[in-house]
Amino acid sequence: MIELENVHHDYGDHKVLGGISLTLAEPRIAIVGANGSGKSTLARLLNGLLLPTSGRVRVDGLDTKKDGKAIRRKVGFVFQDPDIQIIMPTVAEDLDFGLKRHGLTRERRAAKVTAALLEHGLDQHRDHPAHLLSGGQKQLLAIAAVLITDPTHLVFDEPTTLLDLPNRHRVTRLITGLTQQVVLVTHDLDLAATADRVIVLDHGTVFADGPPARSIDAYVALHTA
Amino acid sequence: MLSLYHEARSPVHRSPAGAKLAVLLAVGTGLFFVRSIAALGAVLLVVALCYAVAKVPARVGLRQLRPVLPVLIAIVIAQLVLTGWVTAVLVGQRVLVLVALANLVTLTTRTSAMIDTVEAVLRPLRPLGVRPERVGLLVALTIRFVPVLKEQADQVRAAHRARGLRGTRFLTPLLIKTLRLADGLGSAIEARGGPD
Ligand SMILES: Nc1ncnc2c1ncn2[C@@H]1O[C@H](COP(=O)(O)OP(=O)(O)OP(=O)(O)O)[C@@H](O)[C@H]1O
Ligand SMILES: [Mg+2]
Repeated sequence: MIELENVHHDYGDHKVLGGISLTLAEPRIAIVGANGSGKSTLARLLNGLLLPTSGRVRVDGLDTKKDGKAIRRKVGFVFQDPDIQIIMPTVAEDLDFGLKRHGLTRERRAAKVTAALLEHGLDQHRDHPAHLLSGGQKQLLAIAAVLITDPTHLVFDEPTTLLDLPNRHRVTRLITGLTQQVVLVTHDLDLAATADRVIVLDHGTVFADGPPARSIDAYVALHTA
Repeated sequence: MLSLYHEARSPVHRSPAGAKLAVLLAVGTGLFFVRSIAALGAVLLVVALCYAVAKVPARVGLRQLRPVLPVLIAIVIAQLVLTGWVTAVLVGQRVLVLVALANLVTLTTRTSAMIDTVEAVLRPLRPLGVRPERVGLLVALTIRFVPVLKEQADQVRAAHRARGLRGTRFLTPLLIKTLRLADGLGSAIEARGGPD
């Protein structure tokens, strides 16, 4: 469970989030909102990548201000652009990157990497340079490299925005099949509609929050007025 | 020069990364004591032989040399003008041997093995404040992002040309793009558990 208590966030003197309180307990939550409404800022607060200017963010009782490291182990984060998320030069090495910090034996790590390569259809690309993969494969790799460390929560910031239709479907299927708690920032309203709860951000505050159909209607109405 | 791993089964691939790096270091130092064109020619032949043993096709080996050719030619011409043809040939041979050997090490060693070695070598320096994991990460990031930066540079330059702009003005947007990449990358490393 992720809890936000009266969270404000400013970049310098630019106020981006103004007093957000939320209890995120549903398995699948989508966050929608216009460009610049503060979605990515909110997402980055959830795993302590950003700390609130005031207020508090807690994950399973841990405070992001004190237990950032422990929280980032629990909360996996997938960025919009896999090009910044893939750190190691080859596919297998990147999958191994996060595992190295989990104190597993070399054999156990190798087994997990092989399983992940097979599961995500990347086994042909084990030793290929990551920058030569297609956009869809890069995003699959980025997601696989986060999943391999067994996080209990996942935050996605527009994971399908840069993808073509087939890859969008593939990544969507992967996300909807996850058993972890998922918080998903997206502009894809069809994808948002598959969530249990949809939160609409507008100028850094919660404009609507509830079942997908109701929230999405409110969002559409807000921007057709 | 930052070539990537070329998969094959060979004794060169199987040799420990540390041993390969040690040979590279030793040859790199030793080269400067060899002052005969014939001897350096023989060294070049041995290097070529190593490529054959490592089962790296000539095509792949030569492709990795191409990016350094302009630099090599510039060095040789400079030496030719400044010191005469014998030194020019010697210097050219040395650079060629070094680059070819360095490429061979990268072609036959997984980055992860290379990083493990670098980290192991640096571990005794930990009390002096050296963080081996950080150096290892730096090596990995360099190999990973040089091609990405090159791609970005090409893109920005193409966009400029399409708008009829010339000269070095593309450097500013490229710098901005690179800084943004570095910023995003910082977050990504942190999100993925950082170097320690
Ligand atoms: N590092 C930063 N420094 C200063 N201002 C920032 C920074 N990051 C974001 N902002 C500003 O904060 C506001 C909210 O940005 P944020 O990225 O959270 O929006 P978003 O809802 O994710 O938008 P988008 O749909 O375009 O991704 C924007 O006005 C943006 O310009
Ligand atoms: Mg955003």
